[in-house]
Amino acid sequence: MLADRDRVFTNLYGDHDWRLAGAQRRGDWEGTREVILKGRDWIVNEVKESGLRGRGGAGFPTGLKWSFMPKESDRPCYLVVNADESEPGTCKDRDILRNEPHKLLEGCVLAGAGMGCTAVYIYIRGEFYNEAQHLQTAIEESYAAGLIGKNACGSGYDVEVYLHRGAGAYICGEETALLESLEGKKGMPRLKPPFPAAVGLYGCPSTVNNVETIATAPAILKRGAAWFASIGRPRNTGTKIFCISGHVEQPCNVEEAMSIPLRELIERHAGGVRGGWDNLLSVIPGGSSTPCLPASTCDNVLMDFDSLVAEKSGLGTAAVIVMDKSTDIVRAIARLSQFYKHESCGQCTPCREGAGWVWRVMERMVAGNASVAEIDMLYEVTKEIEGHTICALADGAMWPVQGLIRHFRPEMERRIQEYRAAASRKAAE
Amino acid sequence: MNTTEGPPVQQPDTFEFTPVNVERARAHIAKYPPGREASAVLPLLDLAQRQMGGWVPRAAMDYVAGLLGVAPIRVYEVATFYTMFNLRPVGRYLLQVCTTTPCWLRGSDAVVAACEKKLGIGIGGKTEDGLFSMIEVECLGACVNAPVLQVNDDFYEDLDGPSTEALIDALRAGSPPPPGSVIGRHGSAPVGGKTTLTEVPATAADARGSDDAR
Repeated sequence: MLADRDRVFTNLYGDHDWRLAGAQRRGDWEGTREVILKGRDWIVNEVKESGLRGRGGAGFPTGLKWSFMPKESDRPCYLVVNADESEPGTCKDRDILRNEPHKLLEGCVLAGAGMGCTAVYIYIRGEFYNEAQHLQTAIEESYAAGLIGKNACGSGYDVEVYLHRGAGAYICGEETALLESLEGKKGMPRLKPPFPAAVGLYGCPSTVNNVETIATAPAILKRGAAWFASIGRPRNTGTKIFCISGHVEQPCNVEEAMSIPLRELIERHAGGVRGGWDNLLSVIPGGSSTPCLPASTCDNVLMDFDSLVAEKSGLGTAAVIVMDKSTDIVRAIARLSQFYKHESCGQCTPCREGAGWVWRVMERMVAGNASVAEIDMLYEVTKEIEGHTICALADGAMWPVQGLIRHFRPEMERRIQEYRAAASRKAAE
Repeated sequence: MNTTEGPPVQQPDTFEFTPVNVERARAHIAKYPPGREASAVLPLLDLAQRQMGGWVPRAAMDYVAGLLGVAPIRVYEVATFYTMFNLRPVGRYLLQVCTTTPCWLRGSDAVVAACEKKLGIGIGGKTEDGLFSMIEVECLGACVNAPVLQVNDDFYEDLDGPSTEALIDALRAGSPPPPGSVIGRHGSAPVGGKTTLTEVPATAADARGSDDAR
C-alpha cells in the first residue's frame, strides 16, 4: 500500500485547515519560487520524466501536452483548469477544490510558469457552489500573500488566476466546449484541429488540464520526477485518487498508487463488496463512459490505463462504480444512456438523434420488450455513432452499451424470452 | 429546470441589478480581457437568478445582454442551454434529486419517493405554498456520498427515505441542517474510519521529499 508520506493530497478528507496557513503547514507554497526559477524547460521536462498522464479521463501525457504551447507568442497564453467534474461516479476534484485549494493554485502557478501563461482560468461546475467559495477564498488569500498576481512568489513571473463558475452542462467538461462556455457561449465542442495549444481561449494559445493533474504537479516538481515515476508501473506512474461508489460497504475517495489491483482497492479501502466478493456482478472502472467489467475480470485486473484498455475498458477518471448481484444491470446502463441523451449538446446528428434512440431501445431492453436480433442492431448502431461526431461524448455514450452487450448478453436475451413467454401466456388466457 | 413547458409565466416588464449586484457584475466582467465582456454572461445570469429568488425572467436576459453589449439572442441561447437557469419561478427550496446510476445504486428511488410523499408533488412539481420545487438532475459529482439531494446551493449526502423526510421537515420549519453527510460522515472518508492518512499529518519536510523524510 502507498505510504501516507507518498500521498500528494494529505488533506483529502478535510481533516485539517484548508486555508493558506494550514496549507503552508502541509508544505504548500514552499519552494515554489525556486521551482519557477529553474525555468520553463526544466518544469516541462520534469513533468515529462514523471510520466504523469492527464487525470481527467483521456490520460494524455501531461508534459507532452505542455510542450505544445508556443515558446514565443505575441498574444496572451492561457492555462484553463477543468473543474467541471461531471462524469457519473467521479467526485475526486470536489475534494481537491474544497480541501486542497492551495495545492491547485500552486499547481496553476507552476504549470503557468512552465507554459509561459499570462492568466489562468479555473472553470468549476456551477453545482459546486460551496467548493467555489473555498477556492475563491484561497485565490484571495494567495493574492494578498503575493503568491499569485504580479511577481508571483517573488519569482518575477506575473500570472493572474480567475475563477469562473459554469451553470450545469456535462458537455462543458469537453475541453473545447469548456472554452466556448468560458467565452460566454453555449458549450458546443469545436472541431479539432486547430488544437487549443494553437487556437484556444479567445483564439490564443491555451492548455486545458484537469484539476487533479494540475494539483499533482507541485509534488512532482518539488519531490522530483523520479519519485513520482517510482510509483505504479511504467507508462502508468504516480498516485491517483480513486472514487469507489455503488455497492460497497464503505464508499469513499482514496489516493492510492496507480496500478493497484481493483480487488485490493475495493477490499482494503471500501470495506469490500456488499455481501462479499462472490456477490460481485460487475464494475464500471473509470466513470460512466468506460465499459463495465464482468466479475471474473475484476479478480485480477490492475487499475491503470494499460491494463484496463487491455480489458476493452479504460481508467477514465478512476471512478469505480461497483454493482453487486442484486443489480438490474440493464437498467443501470439504461440510466447512463438516459444521462447521455440528456447531456448531448445537439450539435452532431449521430449524437443528438442516436443518444435518444439508444436510450429508447435500452428502455425496451430493460423490460425485455425487444427481439434478440435487436441486440445485434443496437450494437451495430452504437458502432456507427462512435467516432462519427466532433467530440467524444457520443463515444462515451456508446461504450457502456457495448460493454453491456459484450458481457451481459445472456441476461438481455433471458429478459426477452421471459417477456415473450409472459405475453404468450397472457394471449392464451 | 430549463424548460419552457407548462403554463405561461407572468414575466416582469423590467429588470435591473441592485447597486450591490452592479458592483458584483463589474467584478465579474473585470476578469475577462477588454472586448471579451461576453464571457461574463454565465455569472451575470446567475446573479440575476439569485436576485429574482431563483429564476431568470426574459427582462433579466435583455438587461444582461445590454450590460454586456451583445444581442439578446446570445443571452437567450445561453439561458436555455444550461440546466441551472430556471426559466420559471421555483419554490424557496429547490430540491434537486440526483438519480444517475451511482445515486440510483445507493437508493435514490427512496429519496424521490420520500420527496413525493412528503410534498405531494412529483418531479417537476411545485408545492402550492411556494416553499418547494422538485426536479430530477443528472450526476452532481458527490457519488461516494450517494444518494445526494441538492437544496439550493447545498448538498445533502448519504440519504435514505427517512432522512430525506426529516430533511424536508427541517426545511419546512425554516431551520435547514448544515449541508453535507446526514449520517455524520466526514467528507468522502469511508464511514467505518479512515484507511489512509492516519499517520501524523504531513509536514513541509515530507512534501520536500528529503531523504530523511523518506
